[in-house]
Amino acid sequence: MSLNVKERRNKGGTVLVATGEINSETSGQLLQSLLPLVREGRPLRIDLTAVTYVSSAGLRTLLVVYREAQHAGVAVTLYGVSEEVRFVMSATGFLDFFETGEAAAAQSKAKPAVKTAVAR
Amino acid sequence: MTEARSEQVLRVDAYPTHEVGGYRVRAGKPFPFGANVVPGGVSFSVFSDQATSMTLVIFKRGEPEPMAELEFPEEFRTGSVFAMTVFGLDHENIEYGYRADGPYDPVSGHRFDARQVLSDPYARLISGRDVWGVEPDRSRGYQYRSRVCLQDFDWGDDTPLGLPAEDLVVYETHVRGFTRHPSSGVTAPGTFAGLREKIPYLKELGVNCVELLPVFEFDESDNMRSNPETGEHLFDYWGYNTVSFFAPKAGYAATGRYGMQGDEFRTLIKDLHAAGIEVILDVVFNHTAEGNEQGPTISFKGLDNATYYMLTPEGYYFNFSGTGNTVNCNHPVVRNFVLDCLRHWVADYHIDGFRFDLAAILGRDLDGTPLPNPPLLEMLAYDPVLRHTKLIAEAWDAGGLYEVGNFPAYGRWAEWNGKYRDTVRSFLKGDPGVTGELATRIAGSPDLYSTRGTSASVNFLTAHDGFTLADLVSYNDKHNEANGEGNNDGANDNNSWNCGAEGPTDDPEINRLRTRQMKNAIAILMTSQGIPMLLSGDEVARTQQGNNNTYCQDNELSWFDWDQVDENAELLRFTREMIAFRGRHRELRSTSHPTGQVRESLGLPDISWHGERAWQPDWSADSRLLAVARCGTGDDDVVYVAMNAHWEAHDLELPALPHGRSWHLFADTGAEAPHDIRTPGGEPELENAGKYLIGPRSVVILVGRTPDPEL
Repeated sequence: MSLNVKERRNKGGTVLVATGEINSETSGQLLQSLLPLVREGRPLRIDLTAVTYVSSAGLRTLLVVYREAQHAGVAVTLYGVSEEVRFVMSATGFLDFFETGEAAAAQSKAKPAVKTAVAR
Repeated sequence: MTEARSEQVLRVDAYPTHEVGGYRVRAGKPFPFGANVVPGGVSFSVFSDQATSMTLVIFKRGEPEPMAELEFPEEFRTGSVFAMTVFGLDHENIEYGYRADGPYDPVSGHRFDARQVLSDPYARLISGRDVWGVEPDRSRGYQYRSRVCLQDFDWGDDTPLGLPAEDLVVYETHVRGFTRHPSSGVTAPGTFAGLREKIPYLKELGVNCVELLPVFEFDESDNMRSNPETGEHLFDYWGYNTVSFFAPKAGYAATGRYGMQGDEFRTLIKDLHAAGIEVILDVVFNHTAEGNEQGPTISFKGLDNATYYMLTPEGYYFNFSGTGNTVNCNHPVVRNFVLDCLRHWVADYHIDGFRFDLAAILGRDLDGTPLPNPPLLEMLAYDPVLRHTKLIAEAWDAGGLYEVGNFPAYGRWAEWNGKYRDTVRSFLKGDPGVTGELATRIAGSPDLYSTRGTSASVNFLTAHDGFTLADLVSYNDKHNEANGEGNNDGANDNNSWNCGAEGPTDDPEINRLRTRQMKNAIAILMTSQGIPMLLSGDEVARTQQGNNNTYCQDNELSWFDWDQVDENAELLRFTREMIAFRGRHRELRSTSHPTGQVRESLGLPDISWHGERAWQPDWSADSRLLAVARCGTGDDDVVYVAMNAHWEAHDLELPALPHGRSWHLFADTGAEAPHDIRTPGGEPELENAGKYLIGPRSVVILVGRTPDPEL
């Protein structure tokens, strides 16, 4: 299955909407789309609502994006993580690195300042 | 561009030089062995001394037939190592194996069969048994498939913890059994992720080291027996039958079906470390799942049988392990294999230590003769990567070699102290003539470890192999009928006592006595010098209904029943406070054996023995009462432990204390809860300073310290 990505820019930052599967075949394409957005320095949200599966290679790609964002001081947030993907990310420790939708919303009320993507 | 991406370097070896079977390839690097991702491709490296040719077999993930078979060109062989880099592979979506061709001549030790696809001994991941208990498709030609794995886990600042050995409290448990019971309440029962959810329980209990039964890939379905009563299929539940030594068991991971068991296991280790808990793996290098002449060919048999296994002059398998074959551990190639394997688990998984199953075999020569200076044991002791890793031997084997106290230690190896287990069990049930040896065992077994210190002794009363603590006080005999072997399996010398009725009973007196005996056992274990090891579930009286060999029981007989945490809260509290007490008293964890030397600060010896009369221990054969007082240096408290295995109460005269100190009551297993134990530091002062009545079959622990005005 392929992966489609679309960018949407708004006042607060950039949203990248992904549709399909993130695996070893498609993660290179995702990385190509995400790295330029990270370098722009605007807060970045990755919307995974329409992503059905993230493989081991896919999770590694997301973590590479996180590490790049950390270097650049850019906040990266994952949105719309399905229950299955969230479970896999949680069991393998990847979820610990990211701000995810709900957690980010709760924190943004308390701390509106720009934050890094580290959740722990 | 950020730093991480600015350092890309063009590499000469990123370009192919040959074409084999339609794939672009070049000579690989012989080291490291296994499949390693390199620029543009995957480098495959495998050893076989006698193979005449070697073929790399590649499958698209899950497909029954190979997508490619690439024979190693002759020029890709260095010595006896075949190495090839294959370009353009999607490493996540392939499985691989080898066909090794060579002589089939069992008398000479060779069993080559090029029809078989063999697992890579160095495979970091194995697929084929991805979800526990799923019946495998046995018609597939290649069951245990090697997979490529990236070694890029983000550990943050985690490293092995390096806790002092003498401070450990080891908790032996089974990854699946710990949370598989429906009462566990975890998201993914029976997995690494499930165990991770129970870290708060372990932390609250106070243990600082978990010892996991085997987690290397094994095949739980390789047991062909059934329960004779229920007809239920029996598993190879414990997993002492390794299929692949570098791969974590996929069926223990909630994400095993996605091939993410490595990440899931590492995440568990990382979080255990964050909670201050070390991880020791129970490793099995004495035999493999390939069995004897009738067993399956999985890997070693087909790659280099004569190197990896001890063989008789006629080419049959020596069997010092009791399971069919014996790994040829002191062959130079196999020594390196074991070393590489352990380095892998320390470097790539941050494992803190290893317990070696039937470790006496590791000291045998190529023909089985015990070696005076076994090179493998020496190598492991001095290896730079393993330098601070705990090494614990099960210092005996099934071939009759018993080395407890004599294991070649090189200043590094500790041992499961089987003599500690046998002596304390015997004392607890009231056997005569044990008091003298009990003193030796609780003082850290100086007769066995005089030059190695107390932390060479891993003290335990129960382990996975044998009765649980609750069964030790509930059964005189083993009840292993469910294993389908006519109750002939499992140990017969259990030193157990049922307290008056075999198995469960409604008799409140017997049940009270059993609870007291369990508390006595835990109290003695936690106040003995040496490293204490607790069997998972003993703190809540887990029962196996008298089965002392549940290797095949993947059910309630083996699983931790979490309802017992509430039902047996009294014993759990007792255990927790005993562990905390050990942590508070350095004198119990001293690395050197006591000598009787008087501590100048207190005017008391580091250890002193007492009976009904202070300073007068009774070493006679009929004595079933012994008290010990330990005294540390400086401001340490004095700890007095009286152990009465007699069925009658005794009046104890307490030794006098210097410098304004007085006796405070920490624990009395003869008292009803909650007065059986106190919180360490909150012990009330004894009203009658010089005396204490110890009840029948009870342990009393007193602390000699300065009174706290607030208590």
